[in-house]
Amino acid sequence: MQSTAIRCRNLRKQYRTRNGAVDAVNGLDLEVWQGECFGLLGPNGAGKTTTIEILEGLLEATSGEVEVMGMRWGENDDDLRQRIGISLQETRLPEKLSVLEILTLFRSFYRDGNEPAAIMEAVGLTEKARAWVGKLSGGQRQRLAVACALVGNPGLVFLDEPTTGLDPQSRRQLWGIIRDLGRQGRTTLLTTHYMDEAERLCDRVAVVDHGKVIALGTPTELIRTLGAEHVVEFGVGDVRQPSMERLSALPAVREVRGDPNGIALTVGEPHVTIPALLRLLGEENLTLARLTTRHASLEDVFVRLTGRHLDEEQTVSA
Amino acid sequence: MCALPEGTWMKNRPYPLKELLLARFREFCREPEVIFWVYGFPLLLAVGLGIAFRNRPMEQIYVDVEQHASAEAVAGHLRKSPGFVVAIHSAVECRERLRLGKSSIIVEPGETYTFVYDPTRPESALARQRVDDVLQRSAGRRDPINTRENQVQEAGARYIDFLVPGLIGMNLMGSGMWGVGFVIVDMRVRKLLKRFIATPMKRSDFLWSMVGGRMLFMFPELVIILGAGALFFGVSVRGSLFAIFMISLIGALCFSGLGLLVACRAQHIETISGLMNLVMLPMWLFSGVFFSADRFPAVIQPFVQALPLTQLNNALRAVILEGAPLATQAVRLSVLLLWGGVSFLIALRWFRWN
Repeated sequence: MQSTAIRCRNLRKQYRTRNGAVDAVNGLDLEVWQGECFGLLGPNGAGKTTTIEILEGLLEATSGEVEVMGMRWGENDDDLRQRIGISLQETRLPEKLSVLEILTLFRSFYRDGNEPAAIMEAVGLTEKARAWVGKLSGGQRQRLAVACALVGNPGLVFLDEPTTGLDPQSRRQLWGIIRDLGRQGRTTLLTTHYMDEAERLCDRVAVVDHGKVIALGTPTELIRTLGAEHVVEFGVGDVRQPSMERLSALPAVREVRGDPNGIALTVGEPHVTIPALLRLLGEENLTLARLTTRHASLEDVFVRLTGRHLDEEQTVSA
Repeated sequence: MCALPEGTWMKNRPYPLKELLLARFREFCREPEVIFWVYGFPLLLAVGLGIAFRNRPMEQIYVDVEQHASAEAVAGHLRKSPGFVVAIHSAVECRERLRLGKSSIIVEPGETYTFVYDPTRPESALARQRVDDVLQRSAGRRDPINTRENQVQEAGARYIDFLVPGLIGMNLMGSGMWGVGFVIVDMRVRKLLKRFIATPMKRSDFLWSMVGGRMLFMFPELVIILGAGALFFGVSVRGSLFAIFMISLIGALCFSGLGLLVACRAQHIETISGLMNLVMLPMWLFSGVFFSADRFPAVIQPFVQALPLTQLNNALRAVILEGAPLATQAVRLSVLLLWGGVSFLIALRWFRWN
């Protein structure tokens, strides 16, 4: 039996706008276990940040129950704040303070915690100890933001979009730091709209759309719900497209969907499907323009559930 | 990258209030523009205004005498008195020179003397009196009363003496409002306030650090303006330095409270800039920074006197110029404390952290 770090039931958050009320979070249930890395995956505007900020005690929910580390906001605020670490989606730390000065400042707010020197070591900022924030790169700033979340030696860490807008190398560095959190036995809740990030980092993922959890499980489990583990994507060099019925009838094909840039087949065994696909294109007198195969990802899960892509406005016709 | 070692506790946990104050102090010192506006600008203003309004030597009076048989005699009388620059010109030339401001008055000699001048020009009005005086006396007028002159030019009664306390007051207002109000809204825009309340930081520590920072930065402001006044213009302080310090401290406290109040809800830099100008403009105009607030009509005096900057300037002038003891300023200081205290309480009630 695993113990629970975060539990929330039927969470709702309504914003009043000029055009009436908008439900940012609309009946969301969540259970995060102690020691796991849990991901909220969803497109921009799905309600991830609103949810995480309610769990962090920075926003008040319109209704619903929230329990964090067995405590409630409004009752044990100081205790909770001492035991959690937070990195907001966007914080512009003072430009003219050094890394060490900022960490010392944040450290002073906590009763117990880690030496700033140890934190800098852990996030790879030791060499930048005396550098002003204004002189740091985007990746270094983001690592500093995570470092600020760790000074209080928290048992539970919230990271809101920790790698958004970073270059690939900086993202990998942050992934290393986030994996370390799990090894140290900390619980991590992170939000992301990058499916690769969720797949690599998270023990379990909740896919969020329109303020609701629409799928929950380990990345592997979620991908398995597609019924097949590979995706074959191809495009033809003609105006005509092959018939969808014939594509669905190809061996080992579970699902067919059309993208603006081609057609994607979810398949169990690509080596069975591909020769049959080539034969079919030949019979219909179509020329193959491109063909790729890849493992199915959380992105495919999201597309299957919503008909939309995670980080684009692109729609999909089934 | 390595994992965090377990249990690396800090032996001496830093004090949050001290660290917050240190952060304020460091940020302030590392911002050259802020240093200029807080310390350099009032200095330049004092020096500039001090030079512009310095006491000038007695002005010369330029008199033209129109060509006439008795022109030389008239000019002779005038030249015997000090302070006149006299020239004789043709009628046309005289008019031309008066029009161009090269002379202040034309004397047309004859049976009766005619003074041609523009009474709305102060120097011409003065010239008319002086010229008339000299000519009447030289023609034999005897004054019924003997008068004597005892000319005084004392430090303490000049414009610069009046100006320096006003500049101190104005500066305390400006840097209190900007140093607290603007800084807080900037932190709100940067989501730094939100980040702070996501930690166990005590909110009161944060607010005290803002006010405490002001108290700290106020002291050099005071020293620089008073020092520059003494050094460049010989402005002397009649009251005690302690009294000036205490009044400034209470002034700074009052304007930190107001700064906090205008910043308590504002979400944008533009909003706070506008709000602060709205609050400060009436005080720049009415609170007697550059000229005495007593000059405003009696109808608006209750409003003028209710402004905190008026009370701060009055108290500073009383101590610096008149040597009043601190205790006599109790009422003025109470007005300041009331403004500051009420603002602070309302700000606390309405403060928006997110």
